[in-house]
Amino acid sequence: MNALVAATIPDAVTFAVCAVVVLSGGIGVVTSRNPVHAALSLVMTLFGVAVLFIEQHAYFLAAVQVIVYAGAIVVLFLFVIMFLGVDREEDLRAEPLRGQRPLALVLGAISLAGVLALSATANWVTGAHKVAGGLTAGHHTDTFLLGKSIFTTYLWAFEITAALLVIAVVGAVVLARRPSSTRDEGSPTPATERDGGPVPAGEPAAAPNEPAAVPNEPAAAPGSHEKVEVAR
Amino acid sequence: MSIGPAWYLGLAAVLFALGAIGVMVRRNVLVMFMCIELMLNAANLTFVTFSRVLGDVGGQSLVFFVLVVAAAEVVVGLGVVVAIFRRRASTTADDLHEMLG
Repeated sequence: MNALVAATIPDAVTFAVCAVVVLSGGIGVVTSRNPVHAALSLVMTLFGVAVLFIEQHAYFLAAVQVIVYAGAIVVLFLFVIMFLGVDREEDLRAEPLRGQRPLALVLGAISLAGVLALSATANWVTGAHKVAGGLTAGHHTDTFLLGKSIFTTYLWAFEITAALLVIAVVGAVVLARRPSSTRDEGSPTPATERDGGPVPAGEPAAAPNEPAAVPNEPAAAPGSHEKVEVAR
Repeated sequence: MSIGPAWYLGLAAVLFALGAIGVMVRRNVLVMFMCIELMLNAANLTFVTFSRVLGDVGGQSLVFFVLVVAAAEVVVGLGVVVAIFRRRASTTADDLHEMLG
């Protein structure tokens, strides 16, 4: 409480507004029925966190947060949501696993209470200061210090992240690539099989990828909305 | 001067709990990924706060690496989701019970 009083009014107001934005965005992510709305709430949270970074003088990280998270990751989410056509509303009242939600709330409350109790009772500013280089050394900006730290102290980790990104890109390409024509079970599974219904006998098992889903579609016409989803 | 670090840590704890509850509650795999992002952001906020408190640039470096790992995780995770969707036409975690014993 002391710290809040010692803070200047603009800082306190900024923190309060950002806290509200961050938390309401987080609640929006958890409770939105539409995945697109959840993604937009995630953008709200990310912007709030970026402003909190600025508030703590981590300017470079705030910029990267907006560019990488809000600009790339969320766009990737939205792209996949719309590419898959799953942007329909989900019924949140249905609870297939009985007792899951109360248990999840209890577990979340326990973890929150644990973290808060830990940070309230423990001596949480421990350890030596400026192990990896001072943040306020001289009159350098945070970008300078961060770059120096990454390219000297953490150079090995930085190189490893380069390898990690290459591996991730290759893995994503392999996963997203349509299987070649030699496959027989890798074809887009028709929705009828998923519903337990009879697979049409005339299904072209080794048909080329793209039209494989299309000829099934009229045969599976009177079905539930998973079929509509596939058609989209 | 800025707000004391305890407020930031409390906010990060609440955000982390929200993300954890979301992962446990939601059944859409995409939304579960977003909740994981919430938890990662809570951790990032904690790192930046401690970086400021200790006057150490290491926390900010770690946030940088967390960002990279998060990007890689999202790319691979969404690739998996797309691959699963090809076969199951669903992004609901409950439908993915093929590996039940």
